[in-house]
Amino acid sequence: MAYLELNNIYKTYGQGDSETEVLSNINLKIEEGEFVAIVGFTGSGKTTLVNLINGLLKPTSGEVLFKGQPVSGTSHERGVIFQNYSLLPWLTVEQNVLMAVKEAFPKREKAVWKRKAAHYIDMVSLTPAINKLPKELSGGMRQRVAVARALSMKPDMIIMDEPLGALDALTRGNLQDQILNIWGKDKRTALLITNDVDEGIYMADRIIPLRPGPNATLGPEFKIDLDRPRDKTEMNDSESFKKTRNAIIEYLMDIGNERKSEAKEEFILPDLTPKDFVNQFR
Amino acid sequence: MKASLTLGKVSSFLGLGFFTTLKDLFTGKLEKEDFKNLLRKFIVPLASILLFFLLWHLGAKSLYNIEAEYKIEKALQDQGQAAADALTACIASGESSCQPNTLPSPSQVWDSFQSLLRDHNIISADKAAFVEKTAALNAKRVAAGKDAIVYTGRPSFVDQIFRSLQTVFAGFLLALFIAVPLGIFIGLSPTLKSAFNWFIQIFKPVSPVVWYLLVFMIVKTLLIGSTDDSSFTISFISVGLCSMWATLVNTAMGVSTVDKDYINVAKVLKLGTFQKIFKVVLPSSLPLIFTGLKITLSVAWMVLIAIELLAQSPGLGLFVWEEFQNGANDSNAKIIVAMFVIGIIGFLLDRLMLTIQNWVSFDKQDAI
Repeated sequence: MAYLELNNIYKTYGQGDSETEVLSNINLKIEEGEFVAIVGFTGSGKTTLVNLINGLLKPTSGEVLFKGQPVSGTSHERGVIFQNYSLLPWLTVEQNVLMAVKEAFPKREKAVWKRKAAHYIDMVSLTPAINKLPKELSGGMRQRVAVARALSMKPDMIIMDEPLGALDALTRGNLQDQILNIWGKDKRTALLITNDVDEGIYMADRIIPLRPGPNATLGPEFKIDLDRPRDKTEMNDSESFKKTRNAIIEYLMDIGNERKSEAKEEFILPDLTPKDFVNQFR
Repeated sequence: MKASLTLGKVSSFLGLGFFTTLKDLFTGKLEKEDFKNLLRKFIVPLASILLFFLLWHLGAKSLYNIEAEYKIEKALQDQGQAAADALTACIASGESSCQPNTLPSPSQVWDSFQSLLRDHNIISADKAAFVEKTAALNAKRVAAGKDAIVYTGRPSFVDQIFRSLQTVFAGFLLALFIAVPLGIFIGLSPTLKSAFNWFIQIFKPVSPVVWYLLVFMIVKTLLIGSTDDSSFTISFISVGLCSMWATLVNTAMGVSTVDKDYINVAKVLKLGTFQKIFKVVLPSSLPLIFTGLKITLSVAWMVLIAIELLAQSPGLGLFVWEEFQNGANDSNAKIIVAMFVIGIIGFLLDRLMLTIQNWVSFDKQDAI
């Protein structure tokens, strides 16, 4: 039995004539300790898929099973890192993390809460900024707070919805390493949603492309059999990396072309030539 | 260094940013590029104030002349040349009994302001003397279980200002305690919202005068048989009811439009209902609630004058009304003094609220 199982998931928004099917026939199995990445175009329904797994949304039909139990609502067992950090701007870094700790371990003392929060803030190396407000932090630092908050609840599985999407390339690489480091320590099950194929290959054990919506569905999976810890520079020279990368990109490109050729309407451009201003004023 | 920093902060907080520039001028720190700033923040407002007083002065003078000519003309027609000449002489001599009654000039208003202050000093001294005189007697009366004798002379202008401030703050607190909790409930529950919507829509535009009459009808019956002066109660309740709508609507709106991301966080962390309201919903709607409270306070101050006038509550509203009825030769000037006092206090109250609002907002850009 898989750790997380999605069986024949369909999700539609709206009703009657305006009903659109966002996800159709999604089937996914994730084993314990696995790191899976789902790669897809923007607007292909990635966030909907994430919200189905973390319990913020319910599928129209089909079932989401977590450890064999159907998912009904959110749970502390599945930690979520949102795309836009979603920190509470009126709370400091520590208070943001403390809020999660208190909810996950309601029957501890205040000192224990504080120690736990400090531990996770230290894990993402934000101890110097512990009393700062989110607006005083850079994007990368904010996302690290979000990581600390998600981890501090000791989830069995961690779900990341384009966590690094809004960051610059350098910060991104840095945070990828940090997340991998933390993941490597206790090998939690992880699901990463991303639009960056390289990021998926660098971080995940398996990559599954999400074919673009409406009616988004999962494509064939690509196994990444690179040894961990992975090294970015070495990776770029590895044959297996190049092959996988090309295969995935080709697959995504094909989908893109497919979609383009589906657009049948042809637009005829009017036969115009620009006026010759240069010679006119000479 | 620290002191100057604080001054700069305080003055910019109060919207009086030119103080900092002015201070730089005197400490010789003014750079050339600061000159533009100085011009814009200090010289231009100062010039516009002077222009305002000049226009006022000239306008008052021409109105005075129109009124005086009309009076003389009338005297000439009704009573003949002798009476007209006597009146002309009388007006020219500055005799107060025959001055034309029109818009007072700035200097008249200033004189009235000073006379109101003198009046206040006299009344305060009188009051102090009264307290001293009755101290021994009052001690005896209290010991014997009787009520102490209190000063019942007329209130001075300054007393009336404080009475008005009391009324407005009592009304504001009433509005706060009704509108904020109600707004939270309405914002949280769509059912309550549809139940209250008609009520808000209908009562929001009701005029202060009608609110006063409504409150009067109810309070009069509730306090039946009581000999106490109910004008304060009636006026502060009217002010509160009249001004609470902005807070009610803003609170409901703030609570019902909390960012979806924050709600998702609350769901993922599995916060309880109570925790969700107090840790997520309320903090995120605080800026809007305070915008509402700011409007409420300024509306309260604005309607106060009309309501005090109707309720005969001895505040600024009643002062204005009594001066108008009084028709003494400096009544018009006193009304203008009251107008400026009302305006300046209103401005300070608004700044006070803005300061508090800036202080509670988590995002400074939200504060308007």
